[in-house]
Amino acid sequence: MILEDVVCSFCGCLCDDLVAEVEEGKVKRIKRACRLGSSKMMGHGRIKAPMVRKDGELKEVSYQEAYDRAAEILLCAKKPLLYGWASTVCEAQKKGVLLAEEVAGVIDSTATVCHGPSVIGIEEKGLPGATLGQVKNRADMIVFWGCNPAEAHPRHALRYSSNVPGKFTPEGRAGRKVVVVDVRETRTAKNADKFVLIRPGSDYEVISALRMLVAGKGDFVPDEVGGIPKTVLASLADFLKSAKFGAVFFGLGITHSRGRYKNIDNALSLVAELNAHTKFVVMPMRGHYNVTGIGQVMAWETGFPMSVDFARGAAYFNPGETAACDLLARHDTDAALIIAADAASNFPRPTVEYLARIPVIQIDPYENPTTLLSEVVIPSAISGVEAEGTAYRMDGMALRMRKLVDTTYPSDEEILTNIIESVRRQRGTIGCTEA
Amino acid sequence: MKAIMISGRTLAQGAGCECKMNPDFFKAVSICSLSEGDYKSLGLTDGKNVLVKNEFGQAVFFARADEGLPPGIIFIPMGPWANVLVGPDTGGCGPPQYKGVEVEVLPTDEPVLDVRELFAGIGRAKA
Repeated sequence: MILEDVVCSFCGCLCDDLVAEVEEGKVKRIKRACRLGSSKMMGHGRIKAPMVRKDGELKEVSYQEAYDRAAEILLCAKKPLLYGWASTVCEAQKKGVLLAEEVAGVIDSTATVCHGPSVIGIEEKGLPGATLGQVKNRADMIVFWGCNPAEAHPRHALRYSSNVPGKFTPEGRAGRKVVVVDVRETRTAKNADKFVLIRPGSDYEVISALRMLVAGKGDFVPDEVGGIPKTVLASLADFLKSAKFGAVFFGLGITHSRGRYKNIDNALSLVAELNAHTKFVVMPMRGHYNVTGIGQVMAWETGFPMSVDFARGAAYFNPGETAACDLLARHDTDAALIIAADAASNFPRPTVEYLARIPVIQIDPYENPTTLLSEVVIPSAISGVEAEGTAYRMDGMALRMRKLVDTTYPSDEEILTNIIESVRRQRGTIGCTEA
Repeated sequence: MKAIMISGRTLAQGAGCECKMNPDFFKAVSICSLSEGDYKSLGLTDGKNVLVKNEFGQAVFFARADEGLPPGIIFIPMGPWANVLVGPDTGGCGPPQYKGVEVEVLPTDEPVLDVRELFAGIGRAKA
C-alpha cells in the first residue's frame, strides 16, 4: 500500500510530503525524506518488552506490572522529574502535564537544553515571526546564524527557505541572498553568498555591532568585533538592509554559547532594528519534531512553556532552578520519568551520574543509554508511524501525524493514561522506603 | 594543545540517534574534528586517536582533519562522548554550555570506548 502526504516525525521541519510504502504491517520504504527522517521512520533498535530491574538486571514483565512499578516510584518520590516530551504528540504531552500535577513533580522538556534560552529571549522581546510558507513565497534574504540546516534540518533549504522557488521568489536560490554566520565553515556555509566566521562566544558583541551599524550609529563600533573587521560588518549591515523581505533563522550556536538567552534577546532587537528599514522576520530552528508542541501544551495547560514545578501545588516556573539539568546538578529531584528523549546521552556527565543514583522510568520506542540507567523500561509505539496525534512545526503550524501501520505497542498517551490510573489507585496504599 | 570545543549535530549523528546502541552511532559521534593545521601539528595520521580532557572529564576520540575548522577549535558531534567534557552549570537558564568549552587535546594510543564501556562506570549500567 502506498501512503501519500505522510508527515515526518524527525525534526521541526515536519515535512508533510513523504510517501510511505507499507507492506505486511511494516514501513518498507520512505520516499522524499532526508537521511534523518527515513532512518527514524523505518524504525530499528526497538525495545521488545516492558522491563523492571530486579537484582540489578532488567527483567521482562507485563505492561501492568511496569505501570504499577512506575506509579509506585512516582508516588514515593518527593520531587519527581518528568522529562523529555519533544518526540511525542501533543495528546501524550497533555497527559504528561496531568501526571506531573498528580504526583507534585516537575515537568520539563528537551527545550531546556536546546532552544529554552530562545523561549526566554522571546518572552523578553517578542517574536516578529512568520510561517515557513511566507518565508518560502516572499523572503529574498535568508540568514542562518549559528545553525547548520544542511546537517540538522536537511530539507529546510529545499522546502522552505534558501533554495526553494516560491510565489514571489520564482527563481529559488538564484533569486535569494543567503548569509551564514558561524564559528566554523559548515556545509550550510558552503551555500552562502556571504559567510561570516566569528570567534566562538562573540555572538552578543557581533549582534550589538550590527545593531549600531543598522541604526546608523557606526561611529561607536570598534575597528574589530568578534574577530571581524568593522568594514566587513558595515557591508553586512547594508546587505541586510537591502532585502525586501528578510528571514533570520537561528540555532543552538547562539543558545549553547556564552550569553545564552541574552544572545537571543539581542538578535531579536537586531531584527526589530532591521524592521525600521525593511521587512524582517525571525525563527528558532527547532530540533525535535514536536518540541514546539510541548511548549504550546505546557503554555496552555500551566501558563509556562517549560520547566514547570508542581511541588507547591500550583505551577511554578524558574529556569535555572526548575530546569531538568539544574535539578539533577543540585540533586534536587529523587526520581525521573524520561519519555521520548535520552537524557543519559544528552546531559553533562555529572548530571547523568546522579540520574543513575535515583530511580528512572523510561518510556521510549528505542533502546538508548537511558535504558542502561533505568529501573523501569516501557516500550511505546512510534508516534507518526504507529500512533497518530498532533505536532507543531517550528513555525507554530499544527499538523496531524498519521498512523501508518498497526502495532502491538501501546501509544505514549495510552501508557501515561495507565500510569495516571495506577497512581490514583495506589495513592495512600503503598509503603515507601526511605532512600 | 589547548582548544575550544564545539559540539553539535551532524548528518550521521542524526541518522543514528534513534538507534544509539548500534555501532554506527558510536562511530558517528566519537569523532573529534580538528583544523588541518592542528591535525598536522599534533602529529596525527589515519587511525590515530586523541585524548580530550578538561576539568569536567576526559574521553578518547577518533581524530579527523576538517578544512572548515579554524585553528584552535575542535568539533565533536553531540552525544554522550562530547558530553563527558560539558559542565553542569546552566547560567541560570536551563542549558549547559555545550559549545565554546575549553579543553586540552593530546594524541594518544588509547582506544575509543564504545557506548556500553562509556557508561560502564555509572551506577546501574547493566541492561
